[in-house]
Amino acid sequence: MNPYRRSPLVMVSTILVYFFLYAPIVVLMLYSFNSSKANVTFDGFIPSFGNVRVEGGNIVQSPCGPFHWFCELSKNREVTNAARNTLTIAFIATIVSTVIGTMAALALQRYNFRLKAFSQLSLYIPIVIPEIVMGIGILILFSQLFAYLNNLFGLTGDSRLSLGLNTVIVSHIAFMIPFVTLVVQARLQGFDKAYEEAAMDLGANEWITFRRITLPMILPGVLSGALLAFTLSLDDFVITFFTNGPGSTTLPIYVYGLLRRIITPQVNALSTVWITIVFIAVLLLQRFQNREA
Amino acid sequence: MADAHARKYTRAQKGLTMFQRLRENKSAQGTLLAFPTLVWMMVLLIIPLLLTLVISFGRRTADGGVIFSFSLDNYIRLLGYSTKCDSGAASCFDPLYVQILWRSLTLAFNTTVLVILLAYPLAYFIARAHPKKRNTYLFLVLIPLWTNFVIRVYAWIMLLRKAGAINLVIGWLANLFHIQFTPLEMLYTPGAVLVGMVYEFLPFMILPIYTSLEKIDNSLYEAAADLGANSVKTFRRVTLPLSMPGVVAGTILVFIPVMGTFIVSDILGGRQVILVGNLIQRQFLDARDPTFGSAASLILMVLTLIVTYFYTRKFGFGEEIVVA
Repeated sequence: MNPYRRSPLVMVSTILVYFFLYAPIVVLMLYSFNSSKANVTFDGFIPSFGNVRVEGGNIVQSPCGPFHWFCELSKNREVTNAARNTLTIAFIATIVSTVIGTMAALALQRYNFRLKAFSQLSLYIPIVIPEIVMGIGILILFSQLFAYLNNLFGLTGDSRLSLGLNTVIVSHIAFMIPFVTLVVQARLQGFDKAYEEAAMDLGANEWITFRRITLPMILPGVLSGALLAFTLSLDDFVITFFTNGPGSTTLPIYVYGLLRRIITPQVNALSTVWITIVFIAVLLLQRFQNREA
Repeated sequence: MADAHARKYTRAQKGLTMFQRLRENKSAQGTLLAFPTLVWMMVLLIIPLLLTLVISFGRRTADGGVIFSFSLDNYIRLLGYSTKCDSGAASCFDPLYVQILWRSLTLAFNTTVLVILLAYPLAYFIARAHPKKRNTYLFLVLIPLWTNFVIRVYAWIMLLRKAGAINLVIGWLANLFHIQFTPLEMLYTPGAVLVGMVYEFLPFMILPIYTSLEKIDNSLYEAAADLGANSVKTFRRVTLPLSMPGVVAGTILVFIPVMGTFIVSDILGGRQVILVGNLIQRQFLDARDPTFGSAASLILMVLTLIVTYFYTRKFGFGEEIVVA
């Protein structure tokens, strides 16, 4: 009997589900080459290169040819700013949450301390409550705290405390920690303590044991936790929505803002760039992991 | 001089003994390691939730500020009773908010059921594929998941609009068979929101179900076949029970976010489909009534916790959540 045998019903539904997953993305990408400025229907690709020429609402000539909207995108200062914010937030929040999340995982897996049960419980809360509940909770915290402090110190104008990049980073770290900790904890569960004991017997102190034995062994878990945290941060909309301020717009927030006003092929171009980068990143990662295994 | 030197020495010694004591004291080490996380979760999770609770009992000021008090007005308003009118008047009861809550619950339920039906065959397909090909198939599931959430909703505008891709394809087919066809108005309907939700959260169901299906030993299938079970019976008695942890984990990962999401209904539902998420968001941005928003947010949290509690008590808490 062939162990990989599947019924035709499974095959058909599989194909349909993959189609369902990819059809929207393909259409989205196709429209980023649209010659129609209104972007309501797909009017074909922009046919030729040269100075921008518009005929009846359609672009018939552009210095970038079919890639007109990508060129427009690269000139858009709001987009480049939003991209920079998104990456800044993701990098800082990933580093901080990975370090302190890993520390917490070690504490929860290896040690007994008074607040252990409480710590573990608090890590599950963000997973079992909708994100919006946490988002507006943090918004209330910051608005009450800032109002109080501004009042207390008589801060006015530019020196007033307000929502911005810092509040977004701090909030991102808060929702990323549980994911890092739980992933690293899962990795630590299968960890043989004999290696560490052997190192200590051979005269290594705690720090050297951690650096030479423990860390290399849990590193794959730590890295996959960090990767998960990074992608969650890039993807996050809800928490960012409630904690960002003027000048700290991220890409998802920017796209959302656009969608409520106008729909231009520039948004499609942005999506196409995003999807392509993600695709290449996941592909490289896959290669990397396969080589490790 | 000598005195100062001696003081310095004892201080250093004290520091050393503290360090040594820390080396001995496992409990203190654990607390210290978990300390940053504890502080972070305290300040940005526990305190915000408590603040939400406190504010939900408060009253709003005209400019969207908060007066701290203890009143149940916001909760009474959520239940549909106005506090301003005289008792006995017919117009005092307005079930608007109860309807919104009910709509969110049924949408979350329908989305979860649909997602299970779509995810299961695909997860099964991947789990029963040749081990070398599994990663590629999984990779194909991950790509849409890693494409931004907002972008994925946007994609559905392109498909569902009157001049969108779906109407275009149907129109072309109708033309081919000489059938009259007027483009369907699919955007800004409850159906559009349902499709959007299913699309957004499908990968969150595929991954945990795959994880639990992949663990099933092939010999179990062989044993079932040897004992004369047909494919339906094998599925019902072997595959399905063993994959339940994945389904449970997936349900939690889908149901909870659907309950709270407001982007999908905002973009694909227009102003037609209002869910709890939209209600809460508007109280904080347009309506400027954080006290009512807080009450709605707490009700949402309690509702999801109750559903999750009863669901997991019946089926167990799937450990696949972490794996996914």
